[in-house]
Order: sequence, then structure tokens, then C-alpha cells
Amino acid sequence: MPDEVIDCRGQRCPLPVIAAARRMPEVPVGTVVRVLADDPAAAVDIPAWCRMRGQEFLGSVDGPDGPAYDVRRTH
Amino acid sequence: MSASPVYLDAATAAPTHPVARQALLAALDDGWADPGKLYTQARRARQLLDAAREATALTLGVRADEVSFTPSGTTAAHGAVLGGLAGRRRVGSTLVHSAIEHSAVLHAAERHVGAGGTATEVPVDRLGRLDLTAWSTAVRAPGVALAALITASHEVGTVQPVAEAAAACADAGVPLYVDAAQSVGRVPLPAGWSVLTASAHKWGGPPGVGVLAVRKGTRWESPWPADERESGRTPGVVNLPAVVAAAASLRAAAADAAAEATRLAALVDRVRERVAAEVPDVEVVGDPVLRLPHLVTFSCLYVDGEALLHALDRRGFAVSSGSSCTSSTLRPSHVLEAMGVLSHGNVRVSLHRETTEADVERFLTELPGIVAGLRAEAGVVGL
Ligand SMILES: Cc1ncc(COP(=O)(O)O)c(C=O)c1O
Repeated sequence: MPDEVIDCRGQRCPLPVIAAARRMPEVPVGTVVRVLADDPAAAVDIPAWCRMRGQEFLGSVDGPDGPAYDVRRTH
Repeated sequence: MSASPVYLDAATAAPTHPVARQALLAALDDGWADPGKLYTQARRARQLLDAAREATALTLGVRADEVSFTPSGTTAAHGAVLGGLAGRRRVGSTLVHSAIEHSAVLHAAERHVGAGGTATEVPVDRLGRLDLTAWSTAVRAPGVALAALITASHEVGTVQPVAEAAAACADAGVPLYVDAAQSVGRVPLPAGWSVLTASAHKWGGPPGVGVLAVRKGTRWESPWPADERESGRTPGVVNLPAVVAAAASLRAAAADAAAEATRLAALVDRVRERVAAEVPDVEVVGDPVLRLPHLVTFSCLYVDGEALLHALDRRGFAVSSGSSCTSSTLRPSHVLEAMGVLSHGNVRVSLHRETTEADVERFLTELPGIVAGLRAEAGVVGL
């Protein structure tokens, strides 16, 4: 379960990734942030961002709010 | 003062080769008649068409009667896929293809699936290279009529293991179709295929000429309404002046290919190194070694691909992008998606015979400032 949710629905690439990148340093290490994003590029770019930044990509979920991506702050 | 133009999108269309221009002008005067008719003007046209076919066959390493000229690389790809499936419909109705085929192949696959056939997509790794184990399993499955593999990625340049993929196909008794649009006229062709397609505007020929080569003994059946021209493989009158120009420029490009590949590969190496070193937060994608000599792709974190293309265009640089915001469907490139690499802020640079070292230097000098400017505007510096 995510500790918090950021809603990026309706935003186009690269805005959801930027929103995740902005939020990450503000949350404690270990926090799971869920990014809601309906832009199809998010499915590629959020995991790629995690890889480039050394954060943990936990996976995607397709819930009632549309596609969502869970990221854990690891450092 | 506006910047002088630097065209870096040869993978879409290479600038017209001077030999193509010359041949086109000559053939407009000499090759306008219908080569199928029985009078003097038609015989002249027939001679030109035969010569173009022979020259093209020689470059491709096939027989002249195995080569047909189509109205584009796209129609050649459609014909290759649908004709290869039609020819083996008694064996089965499965098409195996890589996840990184050109949209022409994927759209033909969609048509096939829409008509009740099946398609098996084989993944690639992070560098954009075919998963050979998955490919071998897929082509061995029962009911596979045809396998399709691009020789080298048009989006990221990674050269595919065609020889190994062809061996797996041969073991399974499945014909292999290769989309060689980015390889023909630039690099040696792989062996082991049954059907090959190419596109003249990728090597400096005119746009609107494709090549479809079907090896003898291949069970291929035209998917189009009947027409006797071009060995019955593609309907309609050929654009003979353009075909003559395509063949002449292919011969010229192939003659220079080895030297050009060496020259351009060094420039591509420089782009790969300098972009990685001088643009922060950039992912240079594709295989660093097993790749096309003329094409390099990278993605800039937090940058909007469309804004980047426009900013580069304002500075005179013409490049392509696989970012979703630059596509009409607003989906990221299926190639970048299949590789799992960053899709936004994506730029594909592709070089050609007129590209100079100075062009590449100017691009490399200006790019870091352009990216930094866009990041500053978007407020993403330091993220
Ligand atoms: C790999 C590949 N296949 C097929 C095509 C289609 O060729 P054409 O532009 O002649 O329709 C292209 C060009 O876009 C290509 O790069």
C-alpha cells in the first residue's frame, strides 16, 4: 500500500516524472509514493526514471483511478 | 541571423544522391513510356527497367527475377508480411515478429490478426536486441507461417542477430522476412532470409520506391488483387524514372558504403560520448557496438520531446524523436517502450553522405545549452 498518492492524471510526458522527482526528496526514505498517471509514456518513463535515479520501482497497478505506479524512496 | 541548416534525419529520408538526380532527369526524358507495350518507346522503357532490376539484384546479392519495385518501403513491407502469410496459410496462420519492427510491419500484423490470424511478438533487451531464446521458441511453435525481423532498428540503430534468428527459422522450417530499410546501401546484408524489403529514400534515392525481394522457392503469394506487372508481386505501373534513379543511387551508395560507414561510425561514436559526457541526465540508448553506422538515439530526462525538436529546429537542426508528444497517436515509440528506456526528451540523429564533421561539432556544441535552456524554462534544474 502506498504511503501517499500524487495525482498526475491529465498531465502529459514528462510532467508525471517531474512530479515524482519533485516529491521524492520531501518524503522520508522508505516511503512508497503512488503516481496516478494516464499518459501512456508514464508506464515506460517512471520505471526508467527509477533506474536512472536508483529509486525502487515497485510496479504498476490498474485501479479505479486508472494506471498507477508505485515508487519507494530508497536513498 | 538564422542558423545554417544541418539535416540529421537520414533514417527518415536521406538527401537526394546526385546520381539519383541525374538518373531521374535522364529517365524522365527517356523512360516515360509503359514498359509493358510493344513499340519502340516501350522497349526503351523496358530496357531501363530491366537494367534497374539487374543492378538492384546485384547489390542485394539476389537474382533479377527475385526483385520487384513497389510504391514505397511500406507497401513492400505490407506485401512481404501478408504475402508470406498467404503463401503458407495451409501450414498455419501465426506470424512471429520482434517487438521493434517498423509500424508498416506491425500494421500488416494487425490486419492479419483482424482477419483471424495470430501474431507472436518477441521481446528485445534493454539495448534493443532480439531475445533469441524467445525467438527460437516462438518460431518452433506449431502453425507458424512466417517470421519477421528488422535487420537493424530504425529508431535506436541496434543491429539484430539475423544470422542466428535465421538459423532458428531454418531449423523450424519457417521462412524469414527481413525489413532491411536501414541497412541496404549502408552495411553488408545478413544471410538466411527468404523475403527482404527496402526503401530507396533511405539510401538517397527518390521517395516512393520500395524493393521487395522474394527468394526462389519461397512460398509467397501476392495478397493484392491480380496484376501481372513486377512478377505479379505488386500491382500498378512502376514509377520508372524514380525506379531508375533508385537503382543508380543504390549502386553509388553501395560502392561508397564501407568508407562511409567508417566515417559516419566515428561521428556517431563522438555523438554518443559527448552527449553522455556533456548533457546531464541523458540516456544514450541502443547497442554501443553492434549498431548501424549512421544512427544514434538519446533521451534527456525531464525534457519535453516536442519542445526539444522545436528548439533544435530553431537552431537549424533537423532530427527525429520517439517521444509520445511528437507522435500523432500521442503514444511513446513502441521501440523505446519495448526496450524499457526513457521515452521523453528523445532525439534520433541520423547521418548521411553530406554530413560533415563540422555539422556534428556544431550540434554537439549547441545541444547542451539547448537542453539546459529547456530545463531552466520548465523549472526542473537540480531535480
Ligand atoms: C525500417 C523501416 N521499414 C520500413 C520503412 C517504410 O519505408 P517508406 O518510408 O518507403 O514507406 C521505413 C521508413 O520509414 C523504415 O525505417
